[in-house]
Amino acid sequence: MYQYDQIDRTFVAERVAQFRDQIARRMTGELTEEEFRPLRLTNGLYLQLHAYMLRVAIPYGTLDSRQLKALAQIARVYDRGYGHFTTRQNLQLNWIRLDQAGDALAALADADMHALQTSGNCIRNVTADHWAGVAPDEAADPRIYAELIRQWSSLHPEFSFLPRKFKIAVTGSPADRAATRVHDIGLVLKTDDQGRIGFEVLVGGGLGRTPMIGKTIRDFLPEAELLPYLEAILRVYNLAGRRDNMYKARIKILVHEIGTAEMIRRVEAEYAAGGASYLGNVADEVARIAAFFIKLPYGAAEPNPQAYAERRKSDPTFRAWVHANTFPHKIPGHSIVEISLKPTGGIPGDATSDQMDAVAELARLYSHDELRVTHTQNLVLPHVALADLPAIFDVLVADNLDTPNVNKVGDIISCPGLDYCALANARSIPVAQRISARFSDVDRAHDLGEVKIKISGCINACGHHHVGHIGLLGVDKNGEEFYQITLGGSEAADAAIGSLLGPAISSEGIVDAVEQILTAYAELRQGPERFLDTYRRIGPKPFKERVYAKA
Amino acid sequence: MIPIAVSAPNLSKNVFMLKPDPIIPASPAPTPAPTPLILKDGALIADRFTRLANDEGLIDGPMIVDLARLEQASAANQPLGVALTNTDDVSQLAPYLPRLDVIVLHFPKFTDGRAYSQARLLRERMDYRGEIRATGQVLADQLAFMRRCGFDAFIMAKGDPLAAWQRAISTFSGVYQPATDPARPAFIRRREAKATKATKAKE
Repeated sequence: MYQYDQIDRTFVAERVAQFRDQIARRMTGELTEEEFRPLRLTNGLYLQLHAYMLRVAIPYGTLDSRQLKALAQIARVYDRGYGHFTTRQNLQLNWIRLDQAGDALAALADADMHALQTSGNCIRNVTADHWAGVAPDEAADPRIYAELIRQWSSLHPEFSFLPRKFKIAVTGSPADRAATRVHDIGLVLKTDDQGRIGFEVLVGGGLGRTPMIGKTIRDFLPEAELLPYLEAILRVYNLAGRRDNMYKARIKILVHEIGTAEMIRRVEAEYAAGGASYLGNVADEVARIAAFFIKLPYGAAEPNPQAYAERRKSDPTFRAWVHANTFPHKIPGHSIVEISLKPTGGIPGDATSDQMDAVAELARLYSHDELRVTHTQNLVLPHVALADLPAIFDVLVADNLDTPNVNKVGDIISCPGLDYCALANARSIPVAQRISARFSDVDRAHDLGEVKIKISGCINACGHHHVGHIGLLGVDKNGEEFYQITLGGSEAADAAIGSLLGPAISSEGIVDAVEQILTAYAELRQGPERFLDTYRRIGPKPFKERVYAKA
Repeated sequence: MIPIAVSAPNLSKNVFMLKPDPIIPASPAPTPAPTPLILKDGALIADRFTRLANDEGLIDGPMIVDLARLEQASAANQPLGVALTNTDDVSQLAPYLPRLDVIVLHFPKFTDGRAYSQARLLRERMDYRGEIRATGQVLADQLAFMRRCGFDAFIMAKGDPLAAWQRAISTFSGVYQPATDPARPAFIRRREAKATKATKAKE
């Protein structure tokens, strides 16, 4: 993976010093809270319901064991011994003290990490496919370009006070595990008929109050043109994006209001006028970054090693875990291991410091010292030899990290909701806990197959409910928590915004409603259809009838 | 405390109350405002320009007018500036650039970053070499960004401008991306370091 050089280290150290100075000036009153707010947000420091929250950047969700151990230790020293992995592949610490924030950032910097641009109206921490570099279906490694974007966007002088936050995601695979179609800019790596690498560029996707699927504005952008082209998009947005209403300020609204054709015209005009003047080309830098990523340090291994084969035969819990949580790897004899942070009845995405240490150690021993965070709030060991799976499984069992439910009904995305967040209308976490408890039977969950449930506690949609196969949105109804159900959404290559099923359901009834939907699916599916396929084939009516039958 | 010019957030562009330059025959000024001091090249200097409100007559001396009166003002033969709003299209200035000494770009709120793009377009696209002056809610923690985008003069909204300048030029020793300033981004510094190393290896 990418390693900081002296330039990167100096930068984050100077950033910490700058933020310490800003905190000090806030404490003396030299900076008002209004002036301080955007500064702390650019450093990932939010003021939440009960305390400050620090959102640590994990660029494109990639880190090594030393970094995860550092995060575990920061959570121990400056928080309450746990952290929360987010849908932006970041880590949130929910109980930070302002006067210790500088120290926490310094500890991060010591591990070559930062919290830069995890909030604020700037280019946010870039995300990428969590199987980057090991996925069998990938055209090119998205981490190379994500790292290029990370550096380019760091304290960008022109784009640090945009109309609104700006999120970029990169995927190297047509399967799109990075949700590129619901980002401000989505980049899909591909090769043209001459084998050259480039990007399909999508603009104007997003969730929140006005969910939209991104529009393709370039079918093939050669890789060398990436940064100047991004600058052209950002400049058009910075000058023309709405600033009169924060709910209409994302680039998706601009694209919607002027139309895709006009957006293309403006971006291409800006690019034609300025793109060529971009200072120097970045080919050397791409090659330098790529050198950290392209070579997998291992060759093919035995496709069915004895220890693995025997354990599969003898141990049904191991078999169930392998079936649900390990995935094909591009090198024979290897596997991509996804570690579920969704234990039955647990808080989606939470991990204790001890669990982080355990996973870090697994990465060091069995995954060439590398880990990923997924946008579905799980962790990944990307480079595992099949022969090592039994040993890994035993450690996961000991640390309560062995839940075999990846992409299954219990693998729920949830925002922090009213338990933590000042914006929420309703709690999200307890609903996720109750659903996962209801579907804790492994055989039943496996029978139901891929089901993506996503829960948001308010219309800002941090839990991505619009693109859940089943989406739940918390609403406040006369002081009581109710949940709207949307069906048929997806954040993958078949991206779609879900449709509202009917009136909101009480907190008491929401788990039953989800069960009725999935029971209907189990009865009505044809062949190997997923829930989403069945819904798309037969539409909402049968599900609506079940859910609202008694009401 | 160094007196600083008072900015006028939320006021429209033409209500900009700065005291006229004392050398100019005075139009009736109300109460004397502090002399506007401009932060430029790390020093505080007096402003030789008079910022004219829309209803003020043109004067015989260095003046700054709104875009609407630029055509008229550019006929006179004296130092001239223009003040834009952050929604003005800078390309409208193209015919006047050789005539302009100052372009004033405005930050109605420090969180409104449109003027950063305006400044870069003026410098990089239109090759404007005169002064670009930041007004409005110009605060210490944004000076470095402004400077990198081509601003070279600032009327600070609050605080100690010289301390702000020190922060702006010393907080970061390097940058990651090219902008208007001559700072070499990381990818170029790395390329140079590699070339130096290769040359040394040859020797």
